[in-house]
Amino acid sequence: MLEPTDVVERSDATAKAKDTARTPSIEATQGDNRPFDQAEPMAMENESIKLEVSGLELFYGAERALKNISLQIPEKKVTAFIGPSGCGKSTLLRCFNRMNDLVDSCRIEGKILLDGDDIYAPGVDVAELRRQVGMVFQKPNPFPKSIYENVAYGLRLQGVKSKRILDTVVENSLRGAALWDEVKDRLHDNAFGLSGGQQQRLVIARAIAIEPEVILLDEPASALDPISTLKIEELIYELKDKYTIVIVTHNMQQAARVSDYTAFMYMGDLIEFGDTDTLFTNPTEKQTEDYITGRYG
Amino acid sequence: MAMDISSHTQHISQQFNTELEDIKTHLAEMGGMAERQVNDAIAAMIEVDVEKAEQVVRGDHKVNSMEVSIDEECVRILAKRQPAAGDLRLVIAVTKAITDLERIGDEAAKIARQAMALSRDGAAPRGYVEVRHIGEHVSRMLHDALDAFARLDMDVALKVVQTDRTVDMEYSTAMREMITYMIEDPRSITRVLNIMWSLRALERIGDHARNIAQYVVYLVMGEDVRHGSYEEIEEQIHQEE
Repeated sequence: MLEPTDVVERSDATAKAKDTARTPSIEATQGDNRPFDQAEPMAMENESIKLEVSGLELFYGAERALKNISLQIPEKKVTAFIGPSGCGKSTLLRCFNRMNDLVDSCRIEGKILLDGDDIYAPGVDVAELRRQVGMVFQKPNPFPKSIYENVAYGLRLQGVKSKRILDTVVENSLRGAALWDEVKDRLHDNAFGLSGGQQQRLVIARAIAIEPEVILLDEPASALDPISTLKIEELIYELKDKYTIVIVTHNMQQAARVSDYTAFMYMGDLIEFGDTDTLFTNPTEKQTEDYITGRYG
Repeated sequence: MAMDISSHTQHISQQFNTELEDIKTHLAEMGGMAERQVNDAIAAMIEVDVEKAEQVVRGDHKVNSMEVSIDEECVRILAKRQPAAGDLRLVIAVTKAITDLERIGDEAAKIARQAMALSRDGAAPRGYVEVRHIGEHVSRMLHDALDAFARLDMDVALKVVQTDRTVDMEYSTAMREMITYMIEDPRSITRVLNIMWSLRALERIGDHARNIAQYVVYLVMGEDVRHGSYEEIEEQIHQEE
């Protein structure tokens, strides 16, 4: 619609000002494939920022896997990373709970702030960080224990012994993961007896049992059938009331369905980051358009 | 991101390319059909050609059935391909444009019916000059709007929006003229009313052509300019460049 204020879309100078109003930040990342020339990070309006990435560079040995990435991830929203294989989206996701620390040749420059605190600062308790920032992987990885023990595991590690507390947390977590009704009569059965979709929700229940603030999902539905996929997507939608969610997905329609903000990455560069509705109807960058519409680059 | 004319043919899926090309081709066919109906209807009126007028009335169902079949194609694409970005805008713009083309067909049939009524009365009434004049404008607008769609040409689209203003002004001038005729000679009222309905139909065709031109702006730039003035649309387009 042509409101007077809307008329100023997309001219070079004004587009940035306009984009600030409706998209989260994109900051200059002068990588090789990076078409942006925006020099300043943009503030995300009406969103409080949970995670802030600035000037992030990641190397696997000599290979530069992430190139000067800067973006802000809003609190209690779903942010999706999309892009072709090897573009760095999973690598970026794993930076948020320092999973890359486990890779010997991995080196990181730049900053990631969680609620304003640098998670790579010396003295950060990585175990505590990973309690705050939980993660779910592509293949469900329940422990070879009962359903109940899988969910209670994190609390037991923290030393919680009270059966009453454990029972409550297990039930709430399973309800939160939309699994309670399906498993409440067989809580002490082995978790491997569940279907793939149920196992994935169990793993999510295990992640939320320790009350994280951020949940990282790395292709959480790509090994699941369509119905289980929809259940996971529905769950993601419910979870964002309480948690900040970052999801990596190969399924672009899934990103379009579940996320509030979407980042498109290509060969280690952040190409475009914006609100999902705009990115999927009228992306700014040709590379984004080519990717989401299934064209040759 | 603005698109160019080849941008719907570069998908990895050849089948998807073909499907998108098909709806564009079918839209052009339907547009050509509607254009012919309009031109024939105007000619039937001015040349007092009853046979041609009947042809137009009979031909309307072809335009209608094309609308239905293109609509089905678009729904199939949405269901099967989940198009995004420029592809999505193409499908949406086509479904909207065919609605306008179908209405244009209806208006052409209306003009043809008025032509038939007028021819029964014999002598040429006043007002043919106005019909011819506005008809030429409107026919050109429709042609240009379809052309702009086929070539994704924003300048032509803009021209259509501009011409619509001219047509609207000429329409109200013609209306005053018709009222004068009726006052001068009350016996001509019925016949002048026939002309007025036809002028009204032409003016509506102009509005539909303008709508189609606005879908071109949406298709190319992703901006919905439906209720903007000419100046606002122009500003929008030029900012984009």
